[in-house]
Amino acid sequence: MRGTLSDRMGAALLMAPLLLFLLLAYAWPFLGVVKWSVTLPTPGLGQYGALATDALVQSVFIRTLRIALIVTVVSVAAAYAITMVWVRGSPAQRIVAEFCILVPFWISVLTRAFGWVALLSNRGLINTWLQSIGFISEPLALVRNEFGVIVGMTHFLIPFAVFPLASAMRSLDERVLLAARGLGSSRMRTFWTVFVPMTRSGIIGSAMIVFVFSLGFFVTPAVLGGGRSVMIAELIYLRIFQSPDWGLGAAISVVLVLFVGALMAVLFRYVRPKQLI
Amino acid sequence: MPTYRPGPVSLILAVLVALFLLLPLLAVIPVSLTPSRMLAMPTGELSLRHYRSLIEDPRWLDAILLSIRIGIVSSVISTVLALCFSLGVWMFQPRFTAALVGFVLLPMVVPPVVSAITLYFLLTSISGMSSFFGYDTWLGVAMAHSVMTVPFATVLILVSLSQLDRRIDLAARGLGASVWERATRIIMPNIKFGIVTAALLSFVLSWEEIGVTLFITSVNAITLPRLMWMGLRDNIDPAIAALSVILIIITVLMLAARSVVVKARGS
Repeated sequence: MRGTLSDRMGAALLMAPLLLFLLLAYAWPFLGVVKWSVTLPTPGLGQYGALATDALVQSVFIRTLRIALIVTVVSVAAAYAITMVWVRGSPAQRIVAEFCILVPFWISVLTRAFGWVALLSNRGLINTWLQSIGFISEPLALVRNEFGVIVGMTHFLIPFAVFPLASAMRSLDERVLLAARGLGSSRMRTFWTVFVPMTRSGIIGSAMIVFVFSLGFFVTPAVLGGGRSVMIAELIYLRIFQSPDWGLGAAISVVLVLFVGALMAVLFRYVRPKQLI
Repeated sequence: MPTYRPGPVSLILAVLVALFLLLPLLAVIPVSLTPSRMLAMPTGELSLRHYRSLIEDPRWLDAILLSIRIGIVSSVISTVLALCFSLGVWMFQPRFTAALVGFVLLPMVVPPVVSAITLYFLLTSISGMSSFFGYDTWLGVAMAHSVMTVPFATVLILVSLSQLDRRIDLAARGLGASVWERATRIIMPNIKFGIVTAALLSFVLSWEEIGVTLFITSVNAITLPRLMWMGLRDNIDPAIAALSVILIIITVLMLAARSVVVKARGS
């Protein structure tokens, strides 16, 4: 069926516009960014050398990794609990769980970050309430620090962690669970020794998605970190727009892409892409 | 129906997670009703002044109109490009399909900040050649948004094509239909739900795009998220709370409408 001349022509004509568009508007300018990283301000690998020695850049890298790890563990655990109800609960429970997952999922990252500002800031809901009942006299610092960033990112990423878990929980073999219960295993024991191991691919997939997303996160850390808890993506922004050092910003970007690419390669050795949806 | 149901511990944990997910969305409601000019909880009286300022302040209206225009243009571009590409993949199954699809999906998997600096490079390079298509122009933003949304549109259209029965296309082909006729009269009518969904998703993603927009605009092409961003960073403007409430209500209504449509199609 494949291979006749007109077939190949047809395929080429249909596929060419998008491929050309992305070559010109994405692949070519990415090479331009790579070029920045080795030519600005002076030609050579100086910017990559600076990455390895600059104390500020390193502290930002370490903070990003730390935040990404915490966010990954918390998001996957929280997503596991709500996915359990979404996939395996009663019909009414499922509808409520679906609502709680999909509504935040479709609301923009800015609105959600702002929601946390409204809750956590000095004059926000939580501090106003705690002060009005006399529990605290000074507002707690809940935002413009790492705590706020972690809360906001976890909130953003839980729905993304849900989907791979849901697909793993839907496709497992019911009979194994019945057998475990039938042989007298308790609820808790069945959960930890049978159910959780059977959803392993979902856990790995969801942890990888959350971790990769966290590494390049920009909006939530910038809004809830208030410039104090800068992560890699915000550092790139600052190097491009505030203390113009395009070479360094470009070099950080290239390192970030390589790092994420390596992580994805590892991911796809363990999980098939179809299991992530 | 699953036989293994969540126990009381999972239910309690799930309720806590659900509260955590909904809380920030509910928190914007009281803030939007504050009579104060700064971000604060209302004490005593409520006011709709921040809702009124959304209509009366031309900056908000301009930003909304600009976001709609950019959303429509970028959604049309990315849906058309994604549709042609997906038809090519499905009808001809060319060699290297996996690699080509992987290339098209790159803007979806590369960290957004890297896409942002890439598109910043592109648009600042174009700016030298043309004054209405480069950095900080609405056409430039629309093009950048198309790059970012086209992978999502492609995935949706490819998924709906994968559910299509190849035999109807083979029958049309056996009866002598041309490639154009097969595409427009056989295949496209069967995946129109997927095409419409792709166009809607592209529009929504463009409408709320901020990561890339922040890098490629400064003073002229101020989209709605860009304006929200400016009001969030320095002195927090409670009008953002009013706008957030409206956006949340629209989202809930759209999701409700979608579940009605899905139910109607299912029965």
